[in-house]
Amino acid sequence: MNNSILKNIIRFVGFVFIQVLILNNINFLGYINPYLYVLFILLYPFNGNQSIFLILAFLLGFSIDLFEDSGGVHAAACVVIAFIRPNLLRFSFGISYDHQNLRLSTTPFGARLSYILISILIHHFILFFLEMFSLSHIIIVLKKTLFSGIFSVVMIILSLAVFSKKYR
Amino acid sequence: MQQIFNFLIRNKNRILFLFLLALAVFFTIQTHSYHKSSFISSANSLTGGIYSWANNFDKYMHLDEYNKRLMEENKQLRNVLTNLNDTISVENYTDTSSFDGTYYFRTARVINNNYAKPNNFLTLNQGKEAGIKSEFGVITSKGVIGIVDRVNNRFSRVISILNSDSKINAQLNKTNHFGSLIWNGKNPNIVQLIDVPRQAPVKKGDTIVTGGRSLIFPEGIPIGSIEDFKLDQSESYYTINVRLFNDMTNIGYVYIIENLDREEIQELEREDEQ
Repeated sequence: MNNSILKNIIRFVGFVFIQVLILNNINFLGYINPYLYVLFILLYPFNGNQSIFLILAFLLGFSIDLFEDSGGVHAAACVVIAFIRPNLLRFSFGISYDHQNLRLSTTPFGARLSYILISILIHHFILFFLEMFSLSHIIIVLKKTLFSGIFSVVMIILSLAVFSKKYR
Repeated sequence: MQQIFNFLIRNKNRILFLFLLALAVFFTIQTHSYHKSSFISSANSLTGGIYSWANNFDKYMHLDEYNKRLMEENKQLRNVLTNLNDTISVENYTDTSSFDGTYYFRTARVINNNYAKPNNFLTLNQGKEAGIKSEFGVITSKGVIGIVDRVNNRFSRVISILNSDSKINAQLNKTNHFGSLIWNGKNPNIVQLIDVPRQAPVKKGDTIVTGGRSLIFPEGIPIGSIEDFKLDQSESYYTINVRLFNDMTNIGYVYIIENLDREEIQELEREDEQ
């Protein structure tokens, strides 16, 4: 258990640093950035305490906001996907989620992809919508959600593949 | 009573979620209201320290380019200086260097710069200890960058010209017709000058400079050149697309301008109102 707490703390700090120092400066084609840090929320132990998980998700988003001067947009997006994560897990993995011994690396690729894709799209939509904060720019919001979303999903699947030994 | 407690315990995650979401949205709304903007900013010692540490690497990669810019600026200043010596007659010579000027310049380095979001900020590595306060102007040798917004002891945050809250007074270099400079959030190289009266002789390629009505910037600091223009819906004002002289994606070192007369002018204007 201690091992798991330590691992999550290191992951938390590591993701924040990678995100704000490297990934936020990519700006591919002017505005496309991958948001890899969401992986922390996707990977957080499935049987962990839900309240602590919500608070951690808030703090994660809030640390990104601090660096980015974006108020609370990342925090809001993170809290939302942390809150609906149990539903997403049940939707993507079906019954095996309820057995509580689910491991992301042993799940079929299709289920894993749908879990990551849906979470990322919801996260990005809330993020960019709050960032723009107006309904008249909804096309830009959707465009950003789509392109950044694809970039994030690819990045997350690649990093899962590279570090998959750890989660086996 | 028992039932209320049961209800709270059963729904504690839902309540926690709503509370955290409301908090996050509250922070978001705060940053969208100009100048009430929040105690949270990248100008605090934790994020500022990390940015300035990370920026040290970046600085070395660009030293060559910073040198080139400095040479360019020196060349311009020297040209101005020699021409001045030629035209001023030396008979009524007063040593103006002993006077306090109207503007005082400081230098700082940009340690964090974003330009891809709808509301962009920069972080500088100088703060209160260097005498910087909010509402000071920030420029480079090429043109305007933004206005200082929040300051702590060692760092300060600048509202970039690429921010939907930024509104800077600007004018045509040739004719003094002025308008407000805003950004529509699309292209980090193009900003919009609005409310320029129809009578103004607008031509493609003309220079836009800061206007004299601003208490923050001196008059005549370059901003950009006219890319294209059209009349707005009321057909009485121009909306002009301005291509910035500065490359906002690559800034480096900046000058911070303090207007020493600012408080006196404001006091005068306040008296006028009463």
